[in-house]
Amino acid sequence: MIPVEFRGFAWRHAGRRAQAVSGVDLRVEPGERVLLLGPSGSGKSTLLAALAGLLTEDSGEQDGDVLIDGKPALEQRDRVGILFQDPETQLVMARSGDDVAFGLENQAMPRDRIWPRVHEALEAVGFPYGVDRATHALSGGEQQRLALAGVLARRPDLILLDEPTANLDPEGAQDVREALRAALADTQATLIVVEHRVAEILDLVDRVIALGPGGALIAEGPAEAVLAEHGEHLAAQGVWVPGVPLPTRPAANAGDAALRGESLTLVHTGSDAPALEDVSFELRQGELLAVTGPNGSGKSTLALLAGGLVKPTRGHATVPGEPRPLHRLPARRLATRVGSVFQDPEHQFVTATVKDELAFGPRQAGWPKDRIEARVAELLERLRLAPLANANPHTLSGGEARRLSVAGALAAAPGVLLLDEPTFGQDRRTWGELVDLTADIRDEGTALLAVTHDRDYAAALAGRELVLGKGRLAEEHRR
Amino acid sequence: MTLTLAPVCDAQAPIARVNPVAKLAAVAAVSTTALIASDWLTPLLLLAALLAAVPFSGIRLGELARRLRWLWFAAGTVVAVNAVFAAEQTGRILIDLGPLTIGTGALLDGTAIGLRVCVAATAGVLGFATTDPTDLADALTQQLRAPARFTLGALAALRLLPLLTAEWRQITSARRARGLEGGWNPVRRVRLFASTMFALLVGAIRRAGRLAAAMDARGFDSEIPRTHAREQRMRPADWIVLGAAPLVCAAAVAVSAACGVFTAFN
Amino acid sequence: MPDSPALAGPGRWRTVDILTCAVLAVAFGVVFWAWNFVWVGLEPALAFLPPLKGILYGVWLIPAVLAPLIVRRVGAGILTEAIAASISLLLGSVWGIFIVYQGLLQGLGGELPFAAGRYRRFGAPTALAGGALAAFAATLYDVIAYYPTFDLWAYKVPYIAFAMLSGAIVAGLGSKALVKAMLPTGVLDRFPAGRERARI
Repeated sequence: MIPVEFRGFAWRHAGRRAQAVSGVDLRVEPGERVLLLGPSGSGKSTLLAALAGLLTEDSGEQDGDVLIDGKPALEQRDRVGILFQDPETQLVMARSGDDVAFGLENQAMPRDRIWPRVHEALEAVGFPYGVDRATHALSGGEQQRLALAGVLARRPDLILLDEPTANLDPEGAQDVREALRAALADTQATLIVVEHRVAEILDLVDRVIALGPGGALIAEGPAEAVLAEHGEHLAAQGVWVPGVPLPTRPAANAGDAALRGESLTLVHTGSDAPALEDVSFELRQGELLAVTGPNGSGKSTLALLAGGLVKPTRGHATVPGEPRPLHRLPARRLATRVGSVFQDPEHQFVTATVKDELAFGPRQAGWPKDRIEARVAELLERLRLAPLANANPHTLSGGEARRLSVAGALAAAPGVLLLDEPTFGQDRRTWGELVDLTADIRDEGTALLAVTHDRDYAAALAGRELVLGKGRLAEEHRR
Repeated sequence: MTLTLAPVCDAQAPIARVNPVAKLAAVAAVSTTALIASDWLTPLLLLAALLAAVPFSGIRLGELARRLRWLWFAAGTVVAVNAVFAAEQTGRILIDLGPLTIGTGALLDGTAIGLRVCVAATAGVLGFATTDPTDLADALTQQLRAPARFTLGALAALRLLPLLTAEWRQITSARRARGLEGGWNPVRRVRLFASTMFALLVGAIRRAGRLAAAMDARGFDSEIPRTHAREQRMRPADWIVLGAAPLVCAAAVAVSAACGVFTAFN
Repeated sequence: MPDSPALAGPGRWRTVDILTCAVLAVAFGVVFWAWNFVWVGLEPALAFLPPLKGILYGVWLIPAVLAPLIVRRVGAGILTEAIAASISLLLGSVWGIFIVYQGLLQGLGGELPFAAGRYRRFGAPTALAGGALAAFAATLYDVIAYYPTFDLWAYKVPYIAFAMLSGAIVAGLGSKALVKAMLPTGVLDRFPAGRERARI
């Protein structure tokens, strides 16, 4: 149980002109449990990194103090544990037990004391396997629970959680929240959580601190009071405030068929079970078809095959007016027929500026120069990317990068757009923007297929839903 | 193809249980002997010794054949090019097609080099297809006193291998979606390759930063000497392997010399 | 005391330096695996055209130059090449432990020009020299280990010369171009190389 204090704290990341946060004055009492709220860009993650002692002199410029138990955070690293959002980049070792032991070895704990601690920590998070379980064979939710065990095993006096469930599917997120609940019941540690999805985490915290851009304090106090008073504002800033209604954009009637998938099947070489087996469907103009199902059910595979990006083992996808199946089309032609938006926007970026990124598709398609310029200007305006026209795509925020990847796929005006988890990990504000953006595209007559775990997104937009299970079409229904 | 690093043998087999550092030393001794010797008999004898050790490795024969499936090609190429491009064609001329001339002397020299490749490949598979990377890193740290920050840093990065392989595929698909593909034009292929590589490296460096932060947050950067949760020791059997490897090498060289064929540093 | 300013000096490897070298090595493991597919069908023919084979050599040497250009620590090139080669060995390379010897040598070759500049020069000339010397070290090893019977002037020398040219251009200038393209993405901000770009 230790107090935490920011005094006039400011931080500028190396390479950035603007400060990520400035003039932050906050205090968290020993044993207190605090939820830190704020829009993207309010510097929440920067504050957690500062407390974890990760903002070293070589990584930027600091003003003011970050004090843990009265001493600079950089000296208190051993008393702090932090859980990040991405499990893949916080697991270190190949075997589960070794990974939990890693943080104890770093503390120079003798071997005979390490293993009891490892078992204890794995039990605390409800880890369902033995210590020899390979970490790469775990699901995202299991990996995140293992990472939590690695944090708890060091018995930190201050626990920091940086959007611990943002990168997980709904089931995994639920498991991690249960593990957190159980584990936190056993500890007296001070806790600071950053989380957009407020509803699921409220019962874990005593107090809410809401921050504005640059780390400015907007409100603080008991959760109910803060949310009652500032809920609308926070929701507009990107926080998933419980009770604030979500927009829905029901579709008009769908038009003619825009893409047909017939008996789409993919068997990976060296694998017995098909990743996707015998899935047929029709996608119509002006509708959004949601593809749902648990992890590993073949949703992303369906998007790849429907987009003509991977050669199916059997079956094919076609669009009207194109005699060849999509996977046999030359890429330049394919891009004018079907656009695909990947889960990680960065995978799609092929140029060095936002503007070029938008011009790329039309250029490939051989549009005349003035038409390309008009299209780029239109998209920049419409997706509110105009101020970023000359920025490097890799420097965009998560929401901006997502909008750009959608715009890039749309640029050459394909009649069909396939989206893989378009709202994954986004805050509420970006979520709302994506709902509006995809609804507008749909209402202009484009056929949309969205692979998604997001029930709210499907509910807001989808006319029909395909549910996959174990690579097969489990059910198809109207919403 | 998937890239996996887990050992492909019975974990209880004698060679699988040998300390990785002892195996590393043995593999280095045998391979280096084959590198220095330039006659055909020394590598042949070493290869025989290695094949005799195969049953103790616990590697299934199918897996051994799979791992060595490119060896025939690699070794065959080495034999052929050395025979064809030899500085002088000695001995009986076997082939004489104008510019393409191969003599028995050159072919024998080429075969010696091909056998050298076979020794290195077989020793490598015996030593390392039976070794878990975690155990290797532990042994390098505990027996050879290699700095733990480097061995563990490498080990942590190794976890990303399957992830980055999958990412390469995704980036390639994403490029096709944007209208980019190689086709048969080599220039376009190389440009696509460079662009895919760039995207992979940007993501990889970003991940390296996040992984480093997560490791430092768990005290990896503290100056305290780490303890080791898993112990790697040199047991008597490990010392035997360590001692036997140079003896086998010396014996192979001695036999070859006694037969009057041994040469070195050709 | 962890990470006090004194420890962040040029000599000490930060965790992010180590991880960046190691992850680059792993990423290049994937890059090389994919590079093989680019030349599928061409390799056997190239084996019989040693000088031409030398031209394609540069790609294998990129990490030896790229790592020191980004990380700028003593031994960055050698470390990256050593890890990359060890991965090949663990994956079951047909060249066995020879690939580790060769990796260490080419890492050393690539590192020499940076050492000669006392790790203060990271311009195109140093990168060019790094690529050329990495290629020299790697192909010298090739001709000693795998092609010892070749005629010196007809094959060995042209092979090495073409590889050095390829190393200088592909690995040297190519790495420099990669770093230049990475600067605006912000991923190098934590490295000295990243400080050379305009703040955004």
